[in-house]
Amino acid sequence: MKLTDIQQKVNSSFFKEHQKKLYQSLEDKHTTIEELDDGDPLTTKMVLNMGPQHPATHGVLRLVLQLDGETIEKCKVDIGYLHRGVEKIAENKTYQEFMPYTDRMDYLSPYSNNVALCTAVEKIASVEVPERAHYIRMIGCELARISSHLLWLGTMVMDAGAVSFFVWTFKEREKIYDIMDRIAGHRFTVSHARIGGVANDLTDEATAYIKEFLNTFPNELRDYHKLLDRNRIFFERNEAVGVLRTEDALSSGATGPVLRAAGFGLDIRKLSPYLRYNEVEFEIPTRLEGDNLARYYVRMEEMSESIRIIRQCLEKLPKGPIRTDNAKQAYPSKDEVYYSMEGMIHDFMMTDTGICPPDGAEAYHAVEAPKGELGYYIQSDGTGHPWRLKINAPSFTNLQVLENMLDGEMVADTVVIIGGVDPVLGEADK
Amino acid sequence: MSLQLSEPLQITIDSLNETFSEKVIEIYQSSGDTFVLVDAESIVEICTHLKEKLDYVYLSDVFGIDRYTSKERFEVVYNLLTLKNPARIFLKVRCEEENPELDSVSSVWPSASWNEREVYDMFGIRFRNHPDLRRIFMPEDFKYYPLRKEFPLLGIPGSIELPSSTPDTE
Repeated sequence: MKLTDIQQKVNSSFFKEHQKKLYQSLEDKHTTIEELDDGDPLTTKMVLNMGPQHPATHGVLRLVLQLDGETIEKCKVDIGYLHRGVEKIAENKTYQEFMPYTDRMDYLSPYSNNVALCTAVEKIASVEVPERAHYIRMIGCELARISSHLLWLGTMVMDAGAVSFFVWTFKEREKIYDIMDRIAGHRFTVSHARIGGVANDLTDEATAYIKEFLNTFPNELRDYHKLLDRNRIFFERNEAVGVLRTEDALSSGATGPVLRAAGFGLDIRKLSPYLRYNEVEFEIPTRLEGDNLARYYVRMEEMSESIRIIRQCLEKLPKGPIRTDNAKQAYPSKDEVYYSMEGMIHDFMMTDTGICPPDGAEAYHAVEAPKGELGYYIQSDGTGHPWRLKINAPSFTNLQVLENMLDGEMVADTVVIIGGVDPVLGEADK
Repeated sequence: MSLQLSEPLQITIDSLNETFSEKVIEIYQSSGDTFVLVDAESIVEICTHLKEKLDYVYLSDVFGIDRYTSKERFEVVYNLLTLKNPARIFLKVRCEEENPELDSVSSVWPSASWNEREVYDMFGIRFRNHPDLRRIFMPEDFKYYPLRKEFPLLGIPGSIELPSSTPDTE
């Protein structure tokens, strides 16, 4: 397939330069391999555009695949269709104002993103967080992890051919939405964490819902295992598909379950414990195979570990305040705002100026989001707005892995591999 | 201010000071993170040393900062992780506003490729010897660098071509 042929056929009507360079880079990939069948008499070669509007790409991911028959010779990933420039927006907002934007980054697990921003701001401004808030955040984060993995499970199995599974995992996700509704007052984009703590305490109703979920979910998980663990179709579709070799895993930059399925037990919760992860017991599931099936096992086991963590959190949950009591660092409680003049002024000042980290301070803080290492780098200029805020998004790094993982696979496996890597484009495109 | 370093970081800093005494410009800490400002010309050399000799096998992130100063305006930060004795270190290099160019470290860590494309897309810093230097978020037809401080928050009207709203009539 020659570049000039492609361009004649495509003849795009806009973003001409972009399309040209994309196809050029597809042609340039692996140029060291000499093409033996230059003539291609059987015309088995073609360039296939998949996405950005394709139901199986989990968002607006565009793949340009060069096929030889049914095999993918090489592939290029084109992202940026959901680019909103949140890093630019962050530079013009106070830290607290930016939080709703983080909900919309990895929109499958908003709670983790809130916590990631909060912990980074707390690190740079040295804010002390009350003990109880740490545990509430951990419960929220682990629920978000289960919720995100449930969506991955449903869609990945659907990509592999079993549609009804999607409905069953969504039944459980619905319960997590209900819990989030009770915890934060929102079902989806929760924005529950606050700088210096959390927005409101766990109510008895919310605790009851969480406990009920903890009792029923392990049975559901067991049923999922029963359905899939000895399912021949599922195995055929996933075993030895989309292999990331252990020796390539670190240098390719993979993170989260993709890296752990390739044999590295790298988890920020253990590597540099944040919140109170050093006080709870849990394992980091790892596998050596690096294929899609290994990723399935890793994520399934992570869900049961999350249940274990939430159980311990509920047991240990200490009594006390849920937000730091310092008007320069965190919002005052609503009681104070409604019934005292000072509280009102502090609330106004927090909204207007917000928290001001010291001039020239820099900090990077990473949390283990469901997709992998989610880090926030903040550089402050002493005002209430960050001078630079950089989001290290796990989906972005994992999509780069995907680009090389797809080479040599079958075109029919593309959707399963995308499902296994589990990218969220809201996060990758920033 | 004296540095408070954990043991693995102390080894790293000592080794860097020893091997590249001329190239290391500044070492400082902020909020518990360690930043090493090095000479931009020898970034590949230093990164190779860090990876081969000091086991910094994992490149977590590469990103740019617009300092908005008249000299050495742009800064590129490399976020590196070693796993044997876990430690994180941030390497920094600076480059000028006029025609900013750096050597690519994608020969050391292949994962740098996309991160460097992002820096190029957002700040216009070109990377020499990069395998595939294209914009990553914005289309190639876009002529500005959005994360530079002079780029307005609302964007520049007409800077990007949009598809026809009545595609059927052409």
